[in-house]
Amino acid sequence: MTTPSQFEISFDSTPIPCREGWTVGAALTAAGIRSWRTTRQGQRARGLFCGIGICFDCLVTVNGQPSLRACLVPAQPGDQVRTQEGTGR
Amino acid sequence: MNQDAFDVAVVGAGPAGLAAALAAAESGVTVALIDAGVGPGGQYWRSPAPGAGTFKPNTLHHSWRRFTDTTTRLSALASAGRAVRFAGHHVWSIAQADDRWSLHCNVGAEPRQRDAQPPVTIHARRLVLATGAYDRQLPFPGWDLPGVMTAGGVQSLLKGHLVVAGETVVVAGTGPFLLPVAVGLARYGARVAAVIEANTPLAFTRSPRAVFGAINKLGEAATYGVALLRHRVAVRHRHAVIRAFGNDRLEGVVVARLDRDGRPLADTERSVACDLLAVGWGFTPQLELHLQLGCATRMDVDSSLIVDVDDNQQTTVEGVWAAGESTGVGGADLASVEGMIAGYAVARSLDATPVRNDVPLRRRRGALREFATVMHRVYSIPDALLDDVDDETLVCRCEEVTAGSLRRAVDELGATDPRTVKLLVRPGMGWCQGRVCGFATVCLTARHTGRAAVDSDMRAFADRPIATPTPLGSLARLADD
Repeated sequence: MTTPSQFEISFDSTPIPCREGWTVGAALTAAGIRSWRTTRQGQRARGLFCGIGICFDCLVTVNGQPSLRACLVPAQPGDQVRTQEGTGR
Repeated sequence: MNQDAFDVAVVGAGPAGLAAALAAAESGVTVALIDAGVGPGGQYWRSPAPGAGTFKPNTLHHSWRRFTDTTTRLSALASAGRAVRFAGHHVWSIAQADDRWSLHCNVGAEPRQRDAQPPVTIHARRLVLATGAYDRQLPFPGWDLPGVMTAGGVQSLLKGHLVVAGETVVVAGTGPFLLPVAVGLARYGARVAAVIEANTPLAFTRSPRAVFGAINKLGEAATYGVALLRHRVAVRHRHAVIRAFGNDRLEGVVVARLDRDGRPLADTERSVACDLLAVGWGFTPQLELHLQLGCATRMDVDSSLIVDVDDNQQTTVEGVWAAGESTGVGGADLASVEGMIAGYAVARSLDATPVRNDVPLRRRRGALREFATVMHRVYSIPDALLDDVDDETLVCRCEEVTAGSLRRAVDELGATDPRTVKLLVRPGMGWCQGRVCGFATVCLTARHTGRAAVDSDMRAFADRPIATPTPLGSLARLADD
């Protein structure tokens, strides 16, 4: 099965465009979305910071699994991405 | 899954790792090239997936030809069974048993994903660690607002996805790396409002010999300078971003001129509207594996903790070599040269005959190292910026610890070193394990206790017995060595 070069994923149930080889973080950023997590204590909004898997600021829930690094997770057609609050559990 | 032992395992497929793997494999030993990335090249030669769109390498990448030449030759060696690339392999632990090393890897682009492949153990008789570095950060008010990113992170979105992370950008911090980041963003459609550089390259005139020894660097800088002029991007030297503002999202930054000591001058403050700040203060070498193995370290001119190596790039641990940023931040050219020297040396240690005389390489390494030392002096972090971090400013982003908490750990709880501060108020105890706040926590604590930061302070924030976050399930599935 081959992945089409352009497809859609969803962010909090809204469809956003995506390209083959993009990470979830790249797709969210390209769609103008800057944050998808709130912190455990201060409920501060967070999104991409280091972009290379070091900082864990971009944690997000993908297809029901919380705390994945958006900057690393490869986006697949139909992926359901959700905002994560605190630990996401 | 277990394989037969390779002669050499190279960890990292950036400029240093690729060079080491090629040098060793061409000299006749078998090589496993193990890398966390999906494609080869590391951060420096990160290239976009085909689906991301068309791009011209020369618009984003330097010395692209060296990269394609190296990977082409490595592919040929791979077909001959002499070099195997393990992509998406995150080494989290290395153990020694008898005469070989066992490298335990989590597998996948994000190995924490539920459907990730099972962990893998790779065996090798020798190790070359070429783990690279990541952006170094200083805390300032608002630096955790979405829209504030590391310069390297902005660059990786561009190089890896052709995604421009904002419309109006300020690039700030210190170091020559800021220039290619600004140029790349401008070329791909962002409006670069300003480059805010804390230091001035005029300081290079104090070290003409080192500059002439690495004269190509001057040409590189000039190319970026011309490109910035063409895009009408102003570079403000001796300036710093002292604050980022916005409501749940970056709306702008406050910039100030720095006095002779690097202290922001209040009457020069002005706001610059932007939706992206790309910021970096040099780089932090990634040393988890070196420290696990017990390699000796020291502090470099730029206050980074680096691993000690001899003339052959060998560490103080028998059978372990290191090359690239982990032996001192110096850029891709130096990393490639060190990688080659390490690759040939490791081949010699296995009684193979290197395919090339490395004396010219050693001379080149000397010149590039000398240039790197001068570069670190020119692009240093102004002490005043660390002293002026106010108590409300967040230092540890993961555990949400402020500078005031660090200082209270010293003033009220009796901590005298960064490690104790960490234990008492938790900076560096969260998800990133101090990778982001470690440098700042060490510097802020040391300065608050009235002393300079030392090697052991840095080690306290670099020592991680598990090199990369590892799900318990991976441990449970660990194969026998």
